[in-house]
Amino acid sequence: MTTDLTPSLLRRVLRFRLRRVDIAVAVLLGILGFAAAVQVRSTRADEGVLASARQEDLVAILDDLSSRSQRLRQEISTLTATKERLTSGTGRDAAALAEARRRSQVLGILAGTVQAHGPGIQLTIEDPEGKVTADVLLDALEELRDAGAEAVQLEGPVGEDGSGASSAVRVVAATSLVDAADPGGVEVDGTLLRAPYRFTVIGDPATLAAAMAIPGGVSDNVGTAGGRAVVTRSESLAVTALRPLDRPRYARPTAEPNAG
Amino acid sequence: MIPLIALVIGVVLGLFLEPTVPGALQPYLPIAVVAALDAVFGAVRAQLDGIFDDRVFVVSFVSNVLVAALVVFLGDQLGVGGQLSTGVVVVLGIRIFSNAAAIRRHVFRA
Repeated sequence: MTTDLTPSLLRRVLRFRLRRVDIAVAVLLGILGFAAAVQVRSTRADEGVLASARQEDLVAILDDLSSRSQRLRQEISTLTATKERLTSGTGRDAAALAEARRRSQVLGILAGTVQAHGPGIQLTIEDPEGKVTADVLLDALEELRDAGAEAVQLEGPVGEDGSGASSAVRVVAATSLVDAADPGGVEVDGTLLRAPYRFTVIGDPATLAAAMAIPGGVSDNVGTAGGRAVVTRSESLAVTALRPLDRPRYARPTAEPNAG
Repeated sequence: MIPLIALVIGVVLGLFLEPTVPGALQPYLPIAVVAALDAVFGAVRAQLDGIFDDRVFVVSFVSNVLVAALVVFLGDQLGVGGQLSTGVVVVLGIRIFSNAAAIRRHVFRA
């Protein structure tokens, strides 16, 4: 039987066998190349480093990261506290500034360094006989203050239509009224005013008008002096005369204990 | 010739398909590759010595890979996976070097 086998057939069978094993070898080497390439690729990739790291390495990396994140969190809280401090400081400063502005407005109205507007009356005093003296005007001013006048200016002479004031003086606590050397005039804070005089007063119009009409009060005084007092109420008046602010020469403010 | 072509095809496939290695296989793949490389170097040396046998190569290739993976797996279970895989790599590296030296003697006669 075996002698019947031709060398070519034997070779074919032999070649077939060899080929099958060849295929197995080739498949194995292909798998090797494939696996090596995949491994190289996954090692190169960033996440591959972590994914292929051993447990101890991962624990070490995790420790490192958590201590670092703790450090960063501490830094965050420190910076947040600083920011908080700065923000609240700015808020306090802003509030203090607003308060200071408000005060300076109020004090400015009192001291006559800012203009004021609001409801009030205009009191015009005519003096055809030249007998209205500084006393009369001072009485009228006191009466106005008693009635709650908050800002006062005195001007004169005013024309018949109520305009044409030659000079106006802001009346404050330190204002002085002195009879002028020539009759028929009054020096207010050194400014000579002539009749007819006009008070522009900001306050409650009803109270101020009533105060002027009290029997034996301003109107009667002026009438006695041969003059005439006319009160005009208004819902919107403007006190525009200003008084220069004198810096005190000797007095210095004492620090308020509750300042700030 | 055919095995070389298959190797190149495998490398190309691995580079272009970009497969992700399953997490369970991740620790074993590098060891398996090194073990397979050892088998391949041994096969080349045997070829040059004239004692190459396909069957021996196939069996040694598969058993090398399996044993290496098994050793690493056992090491992982025992908590010494890192050290054991280092040991496996060292042993396989030494074998690869000695095989490479034999191949060199064959090729360069030196």
